[in-house]
This record gives sequence, C-alpha cells and structure tokens, in this order.
Amino acid sequence: MSTTTTHPASDLHAYQPGGIMRWLTTTNHKDIGTLYLSFSLLMFFLGGAMILAVRAELFQPGLQLMQPEFFNQLIGIHALVMIFGALMPAATGFANWMLPLMLGAPDMALPRLNNWSFWLLPPAAFLLTLPFGLALFGIGDGALATGWTFYAPLSVQGGMGVDFAIFAVHILGISSIMGSINIIVTIFNMRAPGMTLMKMPLFAWGWLITAFMLIATLPVLAGAVTMLLTDRHFGTHFFAAAGGGDPILFQHLFWFFGHPEVYILLLPVWGLMPHVLSTFSRKPAYGHNAQVYSFIVIGLLSVVVWAHHFFTAGLPVPALIYFMFSTMAISLPLAVLFFCWIATMWKGAMSFETPMLFAVGFIVLFGIAGLTGLILADVAADAQYHHSYFVVAHFHYALFAGGIMGVMTGVYYWLPKWTGHMYSERLGKLHFWLTVVSFNLTFIPQFFLGLAGMPRRIPDYALQFAEFNAISTLGAFVLGFSQLLFAWNIWSCIRRGPRVENRAWEGATGLEWELSSPPPHHSWETQPVVK
Amino acid sequence: MSQHASQARGHYFIPPPSLYPVILAGGLFFLALGFIQAINGYAAGRWVMLGGAAIIVYVLFGWFGKVIYESRSGAYRDWEDVSFRYGMVWFIASEVMFFAAFFGALFYLRVIAVPELGNMASAHGTSLWPEFAGTWPSSGPHGNPFTPMGAWGIPAINTSLLLSSGVTVTWAHWGLLAERRRQLVLGLAATVLLGMAFIGFQAYEYHHAYTELGLTMGAGAYGATFFMLTGFHGFHVTLGTIMLSVILLRSLNGHFDAQRHFAFEGVAWYWHFVDVVWLLLFVFVYWV
Repeated sequence: MSTTTTHPASDLHAYQPGGIMRWLTTTNHKDIGTLYLSFSLLMFFLGGAMILAVRAELFQPGLQLMQPEFFNQLIGIHALVMIFGALMPAATGFANWMLPLMLGAPDMALPRLNNWSFWLLPPAAFLLTLPFGLALFGIGDGALATGWTFYAPLSVQGGMGVDFAIFAVHILGISSIMGSINIIVTIFNMRAPGMTLMKMPLFAWGWLITAFMLIATLPVLAGAVTMLLTDRHFGTHFFAAAGGGDPILFQHLFWFFGHPEVYILLLPVWGLMPHVLSTFSRKPAYGHNAQVYSFIVIGLLSVVVWAHHFFTAGLPVPALIYFMFSTMAISLPLAVLFFCWIATMWKGAMSFETPMLFAVGFIVLFGIAGLTGLILADVAADAQYHHSYFVVAHFHYALFAGGIMGVMTGVYYWLPKWTGHMYSERLGKLHFWLTVVSFNLTFIPQFFLGLAGMPRRIPDYALQFAEFNAISTLGAFVLGFSQLLFAWNIWSCIRRGPRVENRAWEGATGLEWELSSPPPHHSWETQPVVK
Repeated sequence: MSQHASQARGHYFIPPPSLYPVILAGGLFFLALGFIQAINGYAAGRWVMLGGAAIIVYVLFGWFGKVIYESRSGAYRDWEDVSFRYGMVWFIASEVMFFAAFFGALFYLRVIAVPELGNMASAHGTSLWPEFAGTWPSSGPHGNPFTPMGAWGIPAINTSLLLSSGVTVTWAHWGLLAERRRQLVLGLAATVLLGMAFIGFQAYEYHHAYTELGLTMGAGAYGATFFMLTGFHGFHVTLGTIMLSVILLRSLNGHFDAQRHFAFEGVAWYWHFVDVVWLLLFVFVYWV
C-alpha cells in the first residue's frame, strides 16, 4: 500500500454529533475525561449513601434498621463501588484530561479504545448493583454478601449476587486493562519531542507505574474470580479441600491483585502531589528523580507483599517473616516521597488555596495511614488487630485521606483549567475543613474500637463500644453531607465562576498551563518542542 | 521500532466519533447477564446470551472493518503504527498474567495444598483420610478415581503441531517481507490448518478424558487445573486461528506490504504467545 499524504478518514471536524450522541461516541480525551470524572462523582455519592446506611445501623447497639444479610451486602458493595466506581475512574479521568495536555500530545494514543474503556464502566456498575433491585421483586437474595474480598468458601456458597459481582469485576477489569494499555502507549509514544522520560511530569510517572501494576495484577483477579465461578457452577475444586483444593489459595490470588490495588489507587495521587505543592510553594518539586525511583521501587515491592493481608490464616513462619519485612520495606521509598513533599514546601513562598489545603491535609492524614500500616505489618501485633476496626480505620486513612482527598486536591487544582472558571474559594475552604474534621471524627474512634477488640463487618456490637460508635456515625454523616458542598462548588464553578487565565495559578509550571483555559477541543495538534 | 522515532511525526490520526465501543459494551453486558441467568436456572438466559453474542459479533465485523478501511485509506503511518505495536505488546503481557493466575493455582495446589492435606491425615492418626497419600496427580481426599492424561500421545502430537505452526507463520512473514505473496498465503494457510488440527485433537482428547479416563472438571485439584489451563489455552488457540484466518483472507485480497503490516505481526505475536503457553502446559500439566 502506498503511503498517501491525504487523510480521508481523519478529518476531525467532519462528524461531531451533539447532545447525548456526543458523549456516547466521543473519541476526544477531554470528553472522555469528563465522563470518567462525572461517573466517579456519581459513584462516590452512591457508595457514600450505602455506608451512611451502615453507619446509621451502627449508631446504637442492637439491630434497628436492617437485617444482617443486607448489612453484609452494603459493606461489600460500598467497597467495590468506591474502589472500582469512584477512585479508579477519578484517577483515569485525571489521566485522560491531563496526560495529553502535560505531554504535549494531540490526544490519547488509542482514542476509540479509550471510549470503550469508559463505556464498560456503567454496565459493570449496573451489574454490581442490579441484585439489590432484583431482590425487591423476589428474584435472588440480594447483592454480593461476602465483603469485597470474595473469600471462599463463603463466596462459593453465596447466592446469585456473587455471580453478578464476578462478571462486574470481569468487565471492570477489561476497562482498567484497556485504559492502562492506552496510558502506557500514550506515555511511550506521544510525548512532545525533547521530553525524555526523566523530564516527564511526575503525574505521568505515577500513572505509568500504576498502569504497569494494573496490567500485572488485574488479570490475576480475573483468573481468581473465574476459578470461583467454576467452583460455584461447574464442579471444580480449586478452593475446596475435599477435592485437594484450598480456600487459602483464593486469598493468595485475591491479594496478589488486592495489595498492588492499594498503590494503584494511590500512585496517581502521589504523582499529582508534587505539582500542587510546587505550585503553591512557588518553587520546583524537590527530588524529581528520587520520586521517580521511589515510584518504581514501590511498584516492584507492591507485588511481593500480598500475604500481609492474611497473616492470621495460618501461613508457615518463614512466610510470615518474609511478608512482614518486605511489607515494612515499602516504608523506605514512601519515606523518600514524604521527605520530597515536605522539602518542596520548605522555605517556599506558600499560600493556602483549597488545593494546597487538601494537599497538606493529605500529607498529614496519609502519614497516619502509613504509621498505622507499620503496626499492622508486624505479625505479632497483627494477631491482635486483624479483622478489627483498627484495620478499617487504617485503610480509610489510606484510601479516603490518601486517595479521595488526593482526588479532591486534583479536582480543585485542575478545575480552572478544565472549565475556564474559578470555583468559590470560600466554599472550597469550608468543604476542606468540614471534611478534615468530620473525617477524623469518624475514624479516630474506630482506631480505639479496634484496639478494644471490636470486629469489623458485624452489624451489632457489645454495649461498651456504644459511645465511640455513636461519635463515628455522627462524624460519618457530617462527612457525607459535606460532600454536597463539593458537588455544588463544582456545579457553580462550571455555571458562573469567574474567568481564569491560561496559567490559572501564578506558580504553576508545565505545558498544560500554556494552553487556554479551557483548552481547545483539540489541543497540541502541532506538538510543542521541549528543550 | 527505533527507526520510527527519528522520523518527523507530523499529524496523528484521531478517529472520528464512533458508536461501536458503546454497542460492544452493551453486548458484553447482555452476554454476562444472560450467562448469570443461565447458570442460575433461568431458561431465558441462553437467549439473552445469544443476543449479547450476536451484538459482539456485529461490532467485531463493524469495528475491525472500519480499522481495515482506515488502514487501507492511508490513515495510519509510522507514528500510529508504533502505538498499535506497543498496545499489542502490553495486551499480550496482560494475557500472560491471566495464565499466570492458573499456573500459580496449579503450583500452589500441587506443591502446598495437596501434600499438606496428606500430612494432615497422618498427623491426626489414620482417622481423617486413611487412604489419601497427598501425592500428585490427585483428585483430593473425597475425589473420584481417574486416570491422568499421558504426555506422549495426543499432547506430544499437539506440541509438534504448534511448534510447526510457529515455523510456518515465520516463513509467511519472510514471504511478506520479501514481497513473495505466494509464500505469505501458503504459510498462513498452513498455520491455520495446523491450528485447526490442534483444536480437533484437543476436542478428541477432552472426549477421551470424559468418557474413558474419568477425568472431568470435577476430578479434584488435577481435573480443575487441567481443564482450566488447557481449556483457556484452547480458547486462545481458537481465537488465534480465527485471527490468522482473517489475516489470510486479507492477504488473498492483496492487503499488507513489506513496510506496513502491523495486523499480520500483531497476530503472529499473539500466535507465538499461545505457542509458548502451550510449551509450559506440556511440561507442567502433562509431563512432569
């Protein structure tokens, strides 16, 4: 085939449907980023509503609002919705919006695949939550009731909701793998001339390592739930001792995915932190290369530490010791990151706009997640804390304070770039302080509940835990309803926020800030050259 | 790929808006929904599945047809070509990890779980499972007796078939690079035939296992890992054969030249990946 210079099939302006068809058919990275972020916000409120029902049940001892079976369904679907519906799509939305702008690329490398990656999410979320609705009509016995971890043999014995969750996870997995392939290809093949990998923005580095982790681990989850499906319906014995199988095998497979998943949720946030900290400290990010190497080391370590999630399952002692020390080793590269974040602020001309508030709040609260994680990594201590509310509090410091507050940092930071309008600083600050105070009000009591021995995932508890649970529920409701401020702030910013410059923040650097705010529908059609 | 990087890159092809991805997502939804219904005893499920599958097949024709059209009309040049290559490499990497999950299960059950069940019996005297030795192959303490699949019958033939198909597809590639269309077509046709022969032999092997050896999916740890690993591999061989057939038809229609033939190479990589997985299967599932 001869190489022609005309592009008959590539005229970007030939076919641009409007209305709903624009969003269904779009191949534009900005449109798809907006879809991801909107979906994420919707799922954030859905998952939040589920857990508020749980906290309402836990407000007082005894069973007031729901049966234990429904309680079990809510906690598991809450986790899956928040992880796969809210956090991962938010990070992918960031990647879609920002990577082409930051790298000087005309779009993502595989735009049609990009559309597919997004549009797999709504059917998957529908499959996940459909059993709730079916149960109302007397079909099946509700959604997945095993917690988000699908542990065998409970999940082998569970009802139809498990099958729905298995296929939801399959489709979510396809979406994430396709998204990751797209991001890796974009980063490797679409950077502006002159932008070497080491000159690449840290946000892109964070996502590059994230994408590698997704490709390495999500297929293993897909394999694990496939084995679960055949154990349930096709007579295999992967997880049943009667046939020579082992339920612990499921835990190994699940956490081979599940532990890297934690870093998958956090690395995009760690990547965006230096951008925000440097902008509002008005000096370059400290230790660019050190942060890159830390990302790589964390990515590598994350796939060899999984068994610390089930120290109490009866592993041999050498395995316990290995997984304890390898887990603790992760704190070394993580400490490098913390040092770099703090050193970026050191002696800077700092100002505390909302993104900076969230970034500093992130550093403090995520630090607590790291320190309590060290406690749980200790095999002997974990024997006491395993499956208690201490664990619940720990991973919410990691995934709410680390993940979701990181996402909010990014939203406030980039909202002026995306919309061309400034959000309300007053509302933003109110949102921040309400979030931070109520978050701690919710989860600090849970550390003490866990230390005192309250088990997680149980709808009732002993009288001695009543006060702390009441405080925690109070905090959760304030936390949940404060997020309406967030949604309102975004909405009013889009509708009537004041216009902003190209460089919405005076201290911001990078290619993305050289474009107009909002950027044109197709940006960097001619690539910039980076010196 | 390094020779592309030095060239001026110019304009990158961004496909116009397309409805295919959404329809494909909908097809997958109905396939999954119907499957869930079917395995939970709702007879309508199979029709929902069929509908989903029909949608997926429609999109595969439409979407790939569109890609082939774009490719033929010169929309893809060096820069896009590199994207496709990276994309295929990392897709295959994800497939490697999918098989790694099942190999991991095989090694775990064989090396840890089954011997441990055997030891448990002796540690508790003879009361737990007095007849169970905890050796491989095993269908577990409560499994039915079965005969494991030998390595040097059909599996050895299949190994030689797949290894030969790796040679023929490379020979076809040489033909393409040297612009010898006859060699390209003959090599591809031979590869497709070898793939089909492999699938035929495996179907016979499954029949033999179920009817004569008592080796079923329910035959404990051995049966589960055997059918999961060989089954997903066979599924991949089937997909690969279909992909090779499409490439063969395109070659017959004069598509591809020595410079521009990503589709051929992507499918060839996929075929080699399936080949390597088979070699691991042959060693760890059938042989040792």
